[in-house]
Amino acid sequence: MASLIQLLVSGLATGAIYALIATGFTLLWQTSQTINFAQGEFVMLPAFFILAAMNWGAPFWLAALIGIAVSIVVLGVLFKLIIVDPMLKYGVLPLVISTIALSLFLKESAKDFYSSQAQPFPALVPATDIHVLGAVVSTQSLAVLAVAIVTVSALHLLLNNTRLGRAMQATAQNPTLARIVGIPVQRMVLYTFLINAVLVAIASILISPIYLAKFSNGETLGLAAFTAAIIGGFNQVRGAIVGGIILGVLDNLSAAYLSSQYRGAIPLMILIAVILWRPQGLFGRIEERTV
Amino acid sequence: MYRFSLFVSAIVTALGSTSPLHAQSSVYIPAILELSGAGAVSGTNFRDGMLLAIDEINAKGGILGRKIDTPLLDTQSDAGVSRAQVQKVLDNNPYVILGPVFSGSVLVDMALTQAAEIPEIVGGEAAAITQKNDPYVFRTSFGQQFSMPKIANYIRDGVKAKSVAIVWVNNDFGKGGHDTFVKEMAARNIKVAADVSTESGQVDFSADVVKVKAANAEAIFVYLNEEESARFLREAKKQGITAPLIGETTLLGQKVIDLAQGAAEGVRGHVGLTVDAPIPAVTAFAERFKKRFNYVCDHNGIKGYTAVYIIKHVSEKAGKFDSKLFAQTLHGTTITPQDEPGVLMEVTFDGNGDVDRQSFLGEVVNGKQKIVEILPKLGK
Repeated sequence: MASLIQLLVSGLATGAIYALIATGFTLLWQTSQTINFAQGEFVMLPAFFILAAMNWGAPFWLAALIGIAVSIVVLGVLFKLIIVDPMLKYGVLPLVISTIALSLFLKESAKDFYSSQAQPFPALVPATDIHVLGAVVSTQSLAVLAVAIVTVSALHLLLNNTRLGRAMQATAQNPTLARIVGIPVQRMVLYTFLINAVLVAIASILISPIYLAKFSNGETLGLAAFTAAIIGGFNQVRGAIVGGIILGVLDNLSAAYLSSQYRGAIPLMILIAVILWRPQGLFGRIEERTV
Repeated sequence: MYRFSLFVSAIVTALGSTSPLHAQSSVYIPAILELSGAGAVSGTNFRDGMLLAIDEINAKGGILGRKIDTPLLDTQSDAGVSRAQVQKVLDNNPYVILGPVFSGSVLVDMALTQAAEIPEIVGGEAAAITQKNDPYVFRTSFGQQFSMPKIANYIRDGVKAKSVAIVWVNNDFGKGGHDTFVKEMAARNIKVAADVSTESGQVDFSADVVKVKAANAEAIFVYLNEEESARFLREAKKQGITAPLIGETTLLGQKVIDLAQGAAEGVRGHVGLTVDAPIPAVTAFAERFKKRFNYVCDHNGIKGYTAVYIIKHVSEKAGKFDSKLFAQTLHGTTITPQDEPGVLMEVTFDGNGDVDRQSFLGEVVNGKQKIVEILPKLGK
């Protein structure tokens, strides 16, 4: 029982981070039909922005704010203006290839400008443990869960309870109609890129103490989040959240109770099952297009 | 006129880079290393140690009057890419090849260098590397068949454990170490209570630590790569593991200690090569390395540094640049620091290309590796 609690909490914490990254995937897809294959590298990079700010003498909280601000500019505004806008008019495939190229560029740049070696990254809370029903639960895992829940709740409130959020949803559902009713569609699309930048920066702050800051982190994270988004439903934020959590928990449980050798295969088997029997994802909606 | 002079200068440059005169002024020793991907930490340490030695030797006139020319080729930590890079450099008639560090890459490269009769000085530690009767492969550190008996003796005599859990990384390096370790445990009647394989690049070790904890072994042997070692140690501390954590070289490395952020305290084990060795030449090398590259060198840095000086010594002993003669000369050779200060410690190569030198028992105390005992060469 103690082991199960331990594995569940740890899996939920990892899954919550996957959920944040997967949410960014779905937001970009819904508003601009962008599949960002550099999303994993987008999570890797803010950790280096923060470490660089700390190297210049900033305390962690200030460095984190600087990291989020720089991420908004680089991974939000510049990404949209330099990569997405010029490529989108040629269709989804050239944009996908561009984001793959961007992922390689970001990875190698982080390695060359910073270091190929993993760097320790400060945790949000001190490393203490809490004993629950005989299980040792790390306060860091609980802090990760708490921050992820607050972030997702804030995003939910923004999208569903504000005028801005409804305008963004309208843009996602039907940009032409949104434009007719006076919604500044381009600005709404830009906002989703900014939200994605904030999400990946927060994910970076949460995951880097566990993963350590390293140029190659994006490979694992990007694949996990992409898988989570497909399992949950690529066109629904709630689907991405559920997909992320399923993936995190399942990874831990399968390693402990089935086989640690095949832990990487279990999520992919579920992915195949979802694609075969529910291609829109567990919470996704079927999209139809006229061709 | 401008276009003509540009054309002429291009021709002259092209000829210059391939002319016999140019070739005679340097000796071509390419390095094929893990400069990106999962092995980047090991590969860059090896590279930096190697570059330090090359610059020192070139500043003093090179080897037999020729400067060392070492282009760097990246394996991307991928055995297939590594093989392609070896094939590429073999077309340019290298004297000796340096690297790679990953055992998996070495194992696929060996057939090419053996067929071309070009010596390859590698960083790989998998036991299988020197068990293939390849006269052209040479190690820079202990193979697992030499290090694991030392660890096994330590677990039996030092820790006095009757049962052990093993956590290992499922790649060529980890598999080789695991198989040798299990054999050594059986030979000493020590029970393997848990046998947990993990993946290269794995980040979440909670399930693995749960398994190890449930086994209730008297000691835990951790045989992972650097970052995974740190993550495992942090998770082990979190879950309150109290059994002694034993490792081989990597687990006690300063990088692991730093990344583990306190969780490595008390870790013990065998260390083949370390900058913390109480040997003045090693300490002086570590200081030069730190001054130039601004980070603390790990055992792979020592491998890279000593590999270049081994090439220098053997070439000067042979008196000419002949790849075949180099391999013949290195087999059975002992190089002392008196013969060649750059080797840092006395080293002996056997007929298979394995090395024998002193090694150490260490412990992590106050965030630093502390050497508690010097173990003699196996041959003494």
